[in-house]
Amino acid sequence: MKILEMNHIKKSFDGVGVISDISLSVNEGEVLSIIGPSGSGKSTLLRCATMLERMDGGDLVYLGRYAAREEDGRCVYASQQDLKEIKRNIGLVFQNFNLFPHYSVLKNIVAPQLIAGKTKENAESRAMELLKSLGLTDHRDKYPCQLSGGQQQRVSIARALALDPQILFFDEPTSALDPELTAEVLRVIKELASQHMTMVIVTHEMEFARELSDWIIFMENGYIQAEGTPKDLFSTDNARVQSFVGKLRA
Amino acid sequence: MSLVTVFTQLMGGMGITVAIFLLTLLFSMPLGMLVVLLRMSANKVVSAIMMVYISIMRGTPLMLQIIVIYFAPYYVFHINISSSYRFIAVIIAFSLNYAAYFAEIYRSGFKSVPHGQYEAANVLGYNRSQTFFHIILPQVIKRVLPPVTNEVITLVKDTSLAFAIATAEMFTIAKQISAKEASLMPLMAAGLFYYIFNALVAWGCAWIEKKYDYYRI
Ligand SMILES: Nc1ncnc2c1ncn2[C@@H]1O[C@H](COP(=O)(O)OP(=O)(O)OP(=O)(O)O)[C@@H](O)[C@H]1O
Ligand SMILES: [Mg+2]
Repeated sequence: MKILEMNHIKKSFDGVGVISDISLSVNEGEVLSIIGPSGSGKSTLLRCATMLERMDGGDLVYLGRYAAREEDGRCVYASQQDLKEIKRNIGLVFQNFNLFPHYSVLKNIVAPQLIAGKTKENAESRAMELLKSLGLTDHRDKYPCQLSGGQQQRVSIARALALDPQILFFDEPTSALDPELTAEVLRVIKELASQHMTMVIVTHEMEFARELSDWIIFMENGYIQAEGTPKDLFSTDNARVQSFVGKLRA
Repeated sequence: MSLVTVFTQLMGGMGITVAIFLLTLLFSMPLGMLVVLLRMSANKVVSAIMMVYISIMRGTPLMLQIIVIYFAPYYVFHINISSSYRFIAVIIAFSLNYAAYFAEIYRSGFKSVPHGQYEAANVLGYNRSQTFFHIILPQVIKRVLPPVTNEVITLVKDTSLAFAIATAEMFTIAKQISAKEASLMPLMAAGLFYYIFNALVAWGCAWIEKKYDYYRI
């Protein structure tokens, strides 16, 4: 089943094209990684997919439902109510976590569930279950400012998972972390992959992307320069991809 | 003339001073919030009007504003001013003036909340008002507490400006007694009163700040 489909996405800022005609799709249980140099539009693509940014053109489809559709060269979004329902399928993990600083760890995970209409008991037991599986139980009463970056990122992953998204997006989830903490977060994402969580991951961690992904997209200047399975992409003879991948691995 | 008799004579003025203080906070704090929300609104006209309002309130003396608001009904609308309007004019002037200062403080508070907080709330399914009340406002309150405390302490002293239209607040009365008795003591007593009042206010503000101390931003 197709979870996400993006067709001919376009996005520009003040007349400057940042995403030019990108199409991709993600099936249930798949992991898609997006790599590419800084400024190539990876974050913007993710922000379009998660509707933090409005697209200028193209279709955005979740589970067969159109969130946005191109009509007569314009991008028309679904109604507020439809978008609200469609958004329930989406989770997003930020590079800098964006935890709520005034909430304890537990409340960070519980509060959004309450907003979604769950009962306090259900929300708390789900939160405790996630904290346990992420090794954060002892930290549940702490505040984000009392946690390491790696712990904060794991909390933010728990916060996203608590809403049971159909697809989880990550925008460079480890680039604010030092190597040791990076490893601890990557381990969690790998664990999710092994549980067949559908994920789209923007990352600079080439080994990780290679190991985990079903499909990798290499972006440059708002285009997909190359894409394929990790095996294909890492053994490509496309010089641009080779040098990018090689440089980061060296 | 003993300190006790002076304080007894000043009592009524103290009541008025405290009333000006409390009523001004009661009206200006929420009004400042309304002003800043309009100031930050996407509507350019509304935003510009609020900017002008803030700049006038901050750019002219409060005493002048009190006098203008007191005499405006008579000079502009030719309505006779009743004596009960005196106190109302003071409250209106103080509230409008302090709302502008609070609006600027709130604005810096809103601007210091990272954009990522709005985005996180958005993807987690918070609607606009839930985002505002659950996520943004609590953080803004924490950030603005120190500058708000400064402003509140200034207000304690500013209440004496009500003498401009002969409101019978503390300072006005102290001045009258002082002139009549040819003694500085009433003014000293008034000073002592302001000092104690301010100490209490500062202590209250510190207590509130402490309540918000459980997390860092
Ligand atoms: N809100 C915005 N307004 C104007 N320009 C923007 C905005 N957001 C992104 N851009 C521009 O779009 C281009 C792509 O940015 P984007 O953040 O998507 O790149 P990226 O691939 O995620 O880069 P990085 O690897 O550094 O995170 C950049 O040139 C950036 O300056
Ligand atoms: Mg980016």
